[in-house]
Amino acid sequence: MSLPTADIIRGEAQQAPGLSLGFSATLKRDFVVAFRHRGEMANPIVFFLMVITMVPMGISPDPKILSVLAPGMIWVVALLATLLSLDSLFRSDFDDGTLEQMLIAPQPLYFQVMAKVLVHWLVTGLPLTLIAPVLGVMMNLPAEGYGPLWLSLLLGTACLSLIGSIGAALTVALRKGGLLLSLIIMPLYVPVLIFGSSAVNTAIEGFPIAGQLAVLGTFLAVAIIMAPLAAAAALRIGVNG
Amino acid sequence: MNQALLQLHNLSCERDERLLFHRLNATIDAGDIVQIEGPNGSGKTTLLRVLTSISNDYQGDILWQGQPLSRVKLDYLSQLLHIGHLPGVKKALTPRENLTWYAGMNNTHPSRSNNNERIEQALSEVGLFGYEDTPCFQLSAGQARRVALARLFFTPARVWILDEPFTAIDHSGIENLQRVMTEHVAGGGCVILTTHQEMNLANVKRINLLDNRPSAEDLEARESMPNDYEGGMV
Repeated sequence: MSLPTADIIRGEAQQAPGLSLGFSATLKRDFVVAFRHRGEMANPIVFFLMVITMVPMGISPDPKILSVLAPGMIWVVALLATLLSLDSLFRSDFDDGTLEQMLIAPQPLYFQVMAKVLVHWLVTGLPLTLIAPVLGVMMNLPAEGYGPLWLSLLLGTACLSLIGSIGAALTVALRKGGLLLSLIIMPLYVPVLIFGSSAVNTAIEGFPIAGQLAVLGTFLAVAIIMAPLAAAAALRIGVNG
Repeated sequence: MNQALLQLHNLSCERDERLLFHRLNATIDAGDIVQIEGPNGSGKTTLLRVLTSISNDYQGDILWQGQPLSRVKLDYLSQLLHIGHLPGVKKALTPRENLTWYAGMNNTHPSRSNNNERIEQALSEVGLFGYEDTPCFQLSAGQARRVALARLFFTPARVWILDEPFTAIDHSGIENLQRVMTEHVAGGGCVILTTHQEMNLANVKRINLLDNRPSAEDLEARESMPNDYEGGMV
């Protein structure tokens, strides 16, 4: 078999590397990897389910108390479940050397990080969002709360994945970065939690929630632009050191 | 074609307050196989990581086809293939899936439409015929390594930077690799590698890192002007 190098040197078109090609390659690869590790993938959802199931047993089965707790409880647990899954975002790539290969691929690292975060959201944040209304029933969430809960989680979990990627990238080179990751990320998660659960509470009280959703949307827009940039820079430093 | 591919000017690198190599000068032309020599811990891998632009803790200049690396980085990276200490093979994926990812990431070759066929061909070249769809965690260490090496058989890259490529590879595999390297440099590429194995290749250029250790005067000079040697972006 003849090597392709010769054709290139003979002057055949050296095409610019395709951005969408690289993005979709990583997207597809991470999906397959996530699917092969189904047990790990289910972890955050199982955690989410378990904690919410425990609440009536641990606090009170009284529907009135539960309905007061519901919005905040669901939001806090969704946040913790996301945090739980973050450590592995870049870890396995770092361990097997594919992260290094991503850094030196002729592709912008921003879009590589974006692809990885997108997969992370699709296998953790999105399932959490989809399952949240069911848990709302268990927590006796008032009927007006379901739509806002769903919407706020949809925007919020995407923010959580994006912001979390910065922490995951910063701690990737540390052997035991788990605690540090939580410390870095928690303060950044607080605003998302405040606006997310307040959207649900406000809706239950019968007020419009456009304001809270707009703020969450702003967080998301800013996170989409900034978070992969920051994560990419952090990865370069982590792998370099 | 007569222009040097890579030129290193006064390349110095410091790690943990220790100068690994100092004022390293080298020119790597098309058709060169360059072996970086030196005992363990002498900075071979560090030099390769600098050359692949993974690490930028160095002083000095690297020129790619006569231009500073930072200015032509995309062009350089699209011509670069690096196989490091870690093979860069995902255990959960099959060899085919691993190579498909690499093809998507790096492949700038015009005939990428028949990628699948070329991946199969590359895998059979490294003796993994029949293992295309076996998850890599079921393969042996040598076979997993061969998955990474299969990239050599379908890459359009001109610069190959290989860190210990012969680790865990058997005799016939090593011969096969040496053959493909010879073909590659004959086609106008270059290979930079480290190995402790004897290679029976003609015209191997050698860079011995021990020759580029800082001398006593250099160290004194460093004492007197410490800022000159602070690692960082160049």
